[in-house]
Amino acid sequence: MGNRNGGRWMGEINGHTVLFLFFGILTCLFSLAVVFSANVVRMAFYLILALAATSGLHFLAGADFVGTMQLVLYVGGTLVLLVFGVMLTAQNPFISLRTAGGDWIVAALVGGILLVILVPVAFQIGLPPQDAGDIEGLTQREAVASSEPVSVPTATRIGLGLLGVPGDDVSGYLLPFEIISIHLLVVLVGAAYLARAKRKVVVRQESQNIAGS
Amino acid sequence: MFDLLSQPVGLTHYLIVGAVMFVAGAVCMATKRNALGVLMGIELVLNGANLNFVAFGSNFLERNPAYQLGLDGQIISLFVIVLAAAEAAVALAIVLNFYNNHSTVDVDRADELKG
Amino acid sequence: MSQYLISHWGWYPPLVYTLMAMLAASLVLLVIAGGSVVFIWMERKVAGRIQDRLGPTRVGGKFGWLQTIADGIKLLSKEDLRPEGADAMLFRIAPYVAFCASYGSFIALPFATGWVGLDINVAVFFVVAVLGLEVFGVILAGYASASKWSLFGAMREAAQVISYEVPLGLCIVIPVMIAGTMDLTKIGNLQSGWFTNWYLFHDPFTFITFFVYYTCALASVNRAPFDLAEAESELVAGFHTEYSGLRWSFFFMAEYGSMFLVSALGSILFLGGWNGPVPVAAWIFGEHASQLSGFAFVLANVLGLMAFILKAVLGVTVMMWIRWTLPRLRIDQVITTCWKYCTPIAAVMFVGVISWQLMGLPNGGDVLPHHEQGSRRLPGSLRERPFETGDALPSANSVGFESEHGEQERGQVDG
Repeated sequence: MGNRNGGRWMGEINGHTVLFLFFGILTCLFSLAVVFSANVVRMAFYLILALAATSGLHFLAGADFVGTMQLVLYVGGTLVLLVFGVMLTAQNPFISLRTAGGDWIVAALVGGILLVILVPVAFQIGLPPQDAGDIEGLTQREAVASSEPVSVPTATRIGLGLLGVPGDDVSGYLLPFEIISIHLLVVLVGAAYLARAKRKVVVRQESQNIAGS
Repeated sequence: MFDLLSQPVGLTHYLIVGAVMFVAGAVCMATKRNALGVLMGIELVLNGANLNFVAFGSNFLERNPAYQLGLDGQIISLFVIVLAAAEAAVALAIVLNFYNNHSTVDVDRADELKG
Repeated sequence: MSQYLISHWGWYPPLVYTLMAMLAASLVLLVIAGGSVVFIWMERKVAGRIQDRLGPTRVGGKFGWLQTIADGIKLLSKEDLRPEGADAMLFRIAPYVAFCASYGSFIALPFATGWVGLDINVAVFFVVAVLGLEVFGVILAGYASASKWSLFGAMREAAQVISYEVPLGLCIVIPVMIAGTMDLTKIGNLQSGWFTNWYLFHDPFTFITFFVYYTCALASVNRAPFDLAEAESELVAGFHTEYSGLRWSFFFMAEYGSMFLVSALGSILFLGGWNGPVPVAAWIFGEHASQLSGFAFVLANVLGLMAFILKAVLGVTVMMWIRWTLPRLRIDQVITTCWKYCTPIAAVMFVGVISWQLMGLPNGGDVLPHHEQGSRRLPGSLRERPFETGDALPSANSVGFESEHGEQERGQVDG
């Protein structure tokens, strides 16, 4: 973005990188805030911000359809449901179930080990192999640098992929798509049934009481 | 600092953000006693994984076709998002049922089957 | 323009990009803030006229033009109250969340060909997605206020918004399906020419869909008769009971911003967007605005912009008219309207439009001969004509070609 003839006052600032750092740091910060917050409503709020920032990262990676899906389904659907659940199950306005000190130590240990495994792997995978660096005369790093964050239309190809039409960079996914559709339907029915079960019992008892009296 | 700003974003950057989200989610699942807190941890874990899928599929971060996942990564992350929505709906129904029976959402209180 | 500044004046590129982004952002902010000032004044005038009153008459001349400004100054000088038991951080931040969601969705809304904050490929989807986030502001405000009225309002809002996203999405999918793209600029330009090219008149199903869309849009922005979240007869003022001063006014700016937004979206999807009912600009300049360049482009676009804003403001006015005409529904009636009426109707319309397209029945655009970029030509979409039996499925190569084709055309539109 900014690497054409900039670089007079400081190193060439890459606009893509700046935006990435902004969203990436927001994502990490709010993810950690979810962990360290004790109030469940605030946790939900931080989670919303973390996931919204993640959708920004998706946009920066060129996955505009997935980023928007994330906003619609995850942030707009799933999290509203979650907040709804928080509000339905809150006894006093600001519940906080404190975690015991021992739990924190174990969790920090496990988390630390996970992080120690994952971060070196990230560095290992992210760096290009030395021998396969050249495509069309560009080294890989330069190729990455010259990519401006313009959105390539992905929605059509993703839609065709979901309909089972394989493209040049996507395979057909008709069967998984159908399975997921059925799964979603089953889940909807099941969730409605689960959430209603208790109320039915109450109603029956009341009607019995009325009949008894 | 300016060095970090001027170098292009690669796969590593995304993987690190994904790793931080994943670990935060795992710790959240382990430490929270509120059932909804555990659910939020699961969402974080799923999103960390999702971010990795998108990053592997992106042709901004990896220009060499031999190492690209292509749009398959994006489709898989779409599936993950849909499944997460389904999972949240069921989990929420279970939590509400649990709350109706025990009038709390503390997962440590769900110990009736303990021998 | 940013290229011009960099190459001719030698400005520092990141600075230029930041300046340009800020310029676009402040223009959008101007639309929201200025829009809500006008709309609040208009709402009071409309309400007054419907109730056989005059509305504001004193401040700033005969029609009370400056009433909203005066109210704004009053609100600024009010004390910023916070209830004793409130969750301070969430209480403070909630109005900004609502406002930012409303503001953010304007990013992808084109006001004329190429005049858009961010020209993304999935603009329709993006606008709806970001607009859906406004509900969090309301929920957080309701929860953090530590007041029963607010909490009830927020719970209702959450239930209502989740429900109404389903029929709203179904209604939006229909024009997207006809156009074969989710790019709002393209959808708007596909409806250029005579008003018969508008998707409202595409076929009988789209005509009904528009009214379903409008109903769902009313509900999703919490306007009467669906304003259960702030039902003053039951809940004092609903989710904003505890708010005062500037924070309270942020909720209102968000509300009027999203009212404008859903009307504008409806006008792009169904009413031809920036294309007037009669192709005036095309007669004067010989071409549609998207094919022009230079001064003629700007002039044609300004005409389009006026048509667009007129349509959106008309939509907002009808919303006000409805608000002061119909009584408020009960919450169960609201949910019933959504699930038992709007969703099935939208689903049937969806199937109807698909069958209409597949059978190749005549569209509204076929009625009049002027057919410039009519809906049969589908740039960037997969098919030029309905599938016929015996057609092979589109192969990978044709997909790749089509998307490239779409890219080129987008470039033209931008230039």
